[in-house]
Amino acid sequence: MAISEKDVKHVAWLARLALSDAEVEKFAKQLDVILEHAGKIAELDTKDVQPTAHAIPLKNVLREDKVGRCLAPEVALANAPHQEDQAFVVPRIV
Amino acid sequence: MEFESVIGLEIHVELDTESKMFCGCSTRFGEAPNTQTCPVCLGMPGSLPVPNKKAVEYVIRTGLAIFCDISLFSQFHRKNYFYPDMPKNYQISQYDIPLCIDGHVDLEMEDYATTIGVTRIHLEEDTGKLLHIGGAGRIAGADYSQVDFNRAGVPLMEIVSEPDIRTPEEAKAYAQKIRAILVSLGVSDCNMDQGSMRVDANISLRPVGREELGVKAELKNLNSFRSLQRGLAYEIERQTKALQNGEAIVQETRHWDETKNTTSTLRTKEYAHDYRYFPDPDLVPMEFDPEWIEGLRAELPELPDERKERYMSDFGLPAHDANLLVETKATGDFFEAAVALYGGDAKIMSNWILGDLTYYLNSENVEIDAGEVKPAHLVEMVELIDDGTISGKIAKELFSEMFKTGKMPKAIVEEKGMTQISGQDEIAKIVDDVIAQNPDAVQEFHDGKERAFGFLVGQAMRLTKGRGNPQLINRLLKERL
Ligand SMILES: [Zn+2]
Repeated sequence: MAISEKDVKHVAWLARLALSDAEVEKFAKQLDVILEHAGKIAELDTKDVQPTAHAIPLKNVLREDKVGRCLAPEVALANAPHQEDQAFVVPRIV
Repeated sequence: MEFESVIGLEIHVELDTESKMFCGCSTRFGEAPNTQTCPVCLGMPGSLPVPNKKAVEYVIRTGLAIFCDISLFSQFHRKNYFYPDMPKNYQISQYDIPLCIDGHVDLEMEDYATTIGVTRIHLEEDTGKLLHIGGAGRIAGADYSQVDFNRAGVPLMEIVSEPDIRTPEEAKAYAQKIRAILVSLGVSDCNMDQGSMRVDANISLRPVGREELGVKAELKNLNSFRSLQRGLAYEIERQTKALQNGEAIVQETRHWDETKNTTSTLRTKEYAHDYRYFPDPDLVPMEFDPEWIEGLRAELPELPDERKERYMSDFGLPAHDANLLVETKATGDFFEAAVALYGGDAKIMSNWILGDLTYYLNSENVEIDAGEVKPAHLVEMVELIDDGTISGKIAKELFSEMFKTGKMPKAIVEEKGMTQISGQDEIAKIVDDVIAQNPDAVQEFHDGKERAFGFLVGQAMRLTKGRGNPQLINRLLKERL
């Protein structure tokens, strides 16, 4: 297995997911299968293939520096679980 | 053991665009919280970012101004991390192909010159602003935090220096030079009070002569050039002591406390950074036409180094003066406006600007372009000295008044009766009075005590309330004694 339970726990922590021991074991197996599948690409000779920056052949999609419309603050805050003084409220950080 | 400090700076600058980096929200500073947001900068699912062309152009202009190579191909990456100031849980930034690489900035220090390398300049988006409630407003100990996303998505340019800086003074000079360049380019107002320019410093120590780097600390909350210099000086002292006592330096982020004059460990996430950068699939790559870049190069405005050369060659200023005058764009602009108004020697303007004006601006903590004294004030005042209406001594007094009130010099002279007394008869009468009233000093003078003469001149000046023409007083006093 290429993916250890420690890797799964680390990735879960980065994604702020709380996993049970059973889940850690299950996901380790699943991630392993996924990696193995993606690993097939290593079998190809990609020596002369340029790294892809994007899946579609587009470039330079830029906009002019023009101010557009914003949301009204009450709309912006509509889905906030907690708000105060027209600001989003988050629990203590550290 | 002798240690050498190795310092690198990361300078974040908000670019002076009208709209945000990837959406049309306004970038205006100081508006009510969350009035400048939209689905893009709030990270709503399904919204699509589109880069601001002007912001890209500003970064390339900056790169050209500090001799960088401009990447003809560049792209945006996602920097993934969870923090409440980031609505998307990732920041759009640049990773392996920043817009500019390998530049440098030349510094002229008091008695030597040095060059600081610039590793890279990349473009990203600013985060929102957190207001910590409880715990005296510090993150540690706060009960909860409020988030304002007005700033989230404002174009942010990061200029990363090589660890070429050796002293706190060089760090300050480098940051000031970067600011002068950026303001000259018109890409940012670099206002440190409002956070549109923010400086973080990496600092480590190593024994003199050793190549390999020591363990570094990252210093944050350096909100002014003064803080930058003092924070680094403190950190050098702290690390030197630790190393001399055989203690290990811990790699960490430290917070500079301006009022306590110390740095302390900043509590951050317990894990090391793991940003998992990957190309942002919402944004397509950028490819630049070399001709377009050359066009931007050709359009670069006069930069501080060129301006300094011009002050030396056109106005005959010494390097020391020219250096200080170009330290901020506003100071140079003030000087040039004054010289244009004044027909006389530019050095006189330089002296007043770098002398009294700078002194008052610093003591009141006012920026030169926000002060009451404008070039027209200074020029009118110097003309009053030139035509003998006031003495240099009165001018000092007048300057203080002018700085406080913003009134024009002629008006102040009239109002306060500051004109110099140069009337022969008037001065003669005062000199006679002084001689009559100070027989002891007169006697001492005749006994050969030079100091007594100075005393008598002082008395005469006092009687004229400082307005007497000093040369005339001197002459008449000598004659009459
Ligand atoms: Zn927006």
